[in-house]
Amino acid sequence: MYSWKNFAATTAFAVLSGTTAMASCGVDAGRVSIVGNEFPAIQTVAAGAAACEGLDVKSNLTADHQQINVAGMSGDPAEYTTAIIANSSVVALINEDVVRPLDELVAAHGADIPKNQLITIDGKIYAVAFMANAQTLTYRADALEKIGMDVPATYEDMLAAAEKMRSMGVAENPIGGAYKAGWNLAQEFVNMYIGHGGEFFKPGSAEVSVNNAQGAATLEMMKSLTAYMNPDYLTHDSNATNAEVEAGNVMMLNMWGSRAGSLMDDEGAEAMVYENIKVGAPLTVAGGSMPATTLWWDGWSIAKNISDADAEATFLAMKNGISPSILNDETMSQAVWMIDGYTPAPVNDGVFAAISMQAEPYPMLPFMGLLHTALGDNIADFLQGKESAEQALMDIEAAYTAAAKEKGFLQ
Amino acid sequence: MKHKTFFWFVLPSALAMLLFIFLPMVSIVIQSLHVSHEQVIVEVESCGPFGCRQSTTIDQEATEALRAAKPLGQFAGLTTYLDRGHLAVNEVGQAWDASQSWRAFGASMLNLPFYKAMAFTLTFTFVVTPLVIIFGFLIAVAVNSATKVIRGQLIFVSLLPMMITPLVGALILFWMVDARGIVGSLLQDISGDPNLSIKASTPLMWIMLMVYGVWHSAPFAFIVYYAGLQTVNTETLEAAMIDGATRAQRIRYVVVPHLLPLTTFIALMQLMDNFRVFEPIISFSASAHATSLSWAIFNDLGGETRQLSSAAATSVLTVIGITILLTPVLIRTWRDFGRK
Repeated sequence: MYSWKNFAATTAFAVLSGTTAMASCGVDAGRVSIVGNEFPAIQTVAAGAAACEGLDVKSNLTADHQQINVAGMSGDPAEYTTAIIANSSVVALINEDVVRPLDELVAAHGADIPKNQLITIDGKIYAVAFMANAQTLTYRADALEKIGMDVPATYEDMLAAAEKMRSMGVAENPIGGAYKAGWNLAQEFVNMYIGHGGEFFKPGSAEVSVNNAQGAATLEMMKSLTAYMNPDYLTHDSNATNAEVEAGNVMMLNMWGSRAGSLMDDEGAEAMVYENIKVGAPLTVAGGSMPATTLWWDGWSIAKNISDADAEATFLAMKNGISPSILNDETMSQAVWMIDGYTPAPVNDGVFAAISMQAEPYPMLPFMGLLHTALGDNIADFLQGKESAEQALMDIEAAYTAAAKEKGFLQ
Repeated sequence: MKHKTFFWFVLPSALAMLLFIFLPMVSIVIQSLHVSHEQVIVEVESCGPFGCRQSTTIDQEATEALRAAKPLGQFAGLTTYLDRGHLAVNEVGQAWDASQSWRAFGASMLNLPFYKAMAFTLTFTFVVTPLVIIFGFLIAVAVNSATKVIRGQLIFVSLLPMMITPLVGALILFWMVDARGIVGSLLQDISGDPNLSIKASTPLMWIMLMVYGVWHSAPFAFIVYYAGLQTVNTETLEAAMIDGATRAQRIRYVVVPHLLPLTTFIALMQLMDNFRVFEPIISFSASAHATSLSWAIFNDLGGETRQLSSAAATSVLTVIGITILLTPVLIRTWRDFGRK
């Protein structure tokens, strides 16, 4: 027992000081260059890859990763040998044909990677996933107790609870949400539309189909929720929404599992707030059984335009980055890891509930990114009461269609 | 100057202009005339941690040869310029036929991204530019008449808004006007409306962006005018004083005419700068209320699927817009030179 504790402490120290104990990853030469988003779990993976002995591992982790990864992998040889991506952003890499199928590398070195971590498209492996994420209900248990209501299971429950909180003076604007115009707002539409059982495209084609009853109901529900939000909601991304929660103004919200941890720690908020923050299952809407959320995975892909030797080195380094050796007291709660030896914490309950409720994964379609942009640009006018739901849905379809024609998806 | 000397003298700048101005312009024009090749979409099964699903993907092999032969994509002529994201010719035509009144037509136009962006961009340009000139002039005259001891400090303070990185300056203002910020709360108190929020109201957001624009650019006009004030002929000023001209009259009839060429220069720079308004929209998270052409370019390139042709077309339209805006000022400058 002593030695195990000692080991954990050393590893934790090593991670903190940035000099993880060197590991042998089965390869002694090769170039590894990582590009990816910046949050604690991804830093842990990059540090794990950098721990490989004899390899020259560089990493560029930034919130703007998706604006540089395609360009950085288009050259020959590619600047980045691997990109850490999610189910939405892997599509851009596959569309531009800059990542390679991993079947041979998996056959040679990855027999021990569980099959469900391999992201396959048409039978070819394009990425290896290492963590799961989802937006789920996050709430203040004390506020619900004050109004004497159960934890909401549907968005209708949430509205009722919000009305009661407002009338009883518990909070003026009890609902929070990342409704910032652009990517965040579009994401909330995607969640709610899936909850209403909507289909984004006509099956098997790139023709959009959101101008329907589910689309209108989605917009109306979003507008009802905004009535209980801080009036500045169109400028609030996840960070600003979390700040509102920590300030004690927001009692219920749909928040990323990977960001709930920072709400429950004792930094940035009073004890009254962080001790009462709980995470629950994602909400359903309009009597449906499909939760109004999307499942996400984070994983890595390997560049096409690099030598086979570098690809092999990158594969082995990244495999080390997602091996059980990266798990310790500090990194354990950073994500819902798909790694042997991972033990879930209460903060991860929401994501597991979303998985067990069989929530939809975010659609991995070549043209989904264009629809996401069109959604982000055209919902705000409706929420501000400047136009009807029908007009907003028509605008979304028209904006998407113009973009899809330019990208060659529609003629 | 001899022709040969002149040639060698301008060569470095001409080369730099060719490299950094002319070639990128050629590149965006070419890019904007092309769109991606037709994508062959195939239905496939995709699997991951959450199970398998029917989905679609691009058949890369089907168009590999075509893409290798024509990496720019297919030639589309002016299609991208005319589509809904830009000049929206069809949509404008339909709106014209369908609208009963000018008001309804205006509303449908403002629903189109390009015209919505133009509406804000032009309002911003024509409100901010004159205000920058007026405020810059007033500050310059005020600083110039201050005693020499504190003039250095005054100049430094007046220049601060321009020295601060635009993004940071805008963020400072953004937090001040937040519903819980110092300016935001003050406005709520004054108006007696506890729900008043600048960030939630389109007119207030427009005003805020313009206030920021003036705040940020006035120091530029100030420093140019201040330099100009140092060259005002003191003998003329003294003569005017002896003739009994008041301070206002001296400014009106001696200083202002002297500074007029500088005004042309400031107007030229400010028209160009303000037409490209971008940073405040990002810092104020104002895209729900106000967009500009530069923001549209950023938005096209920032999505998960980059729309290069659309961004290129908007860039060309921006260049054309700036050219139209500057034409009167340029003609004036040309005439002035012709006279001399």
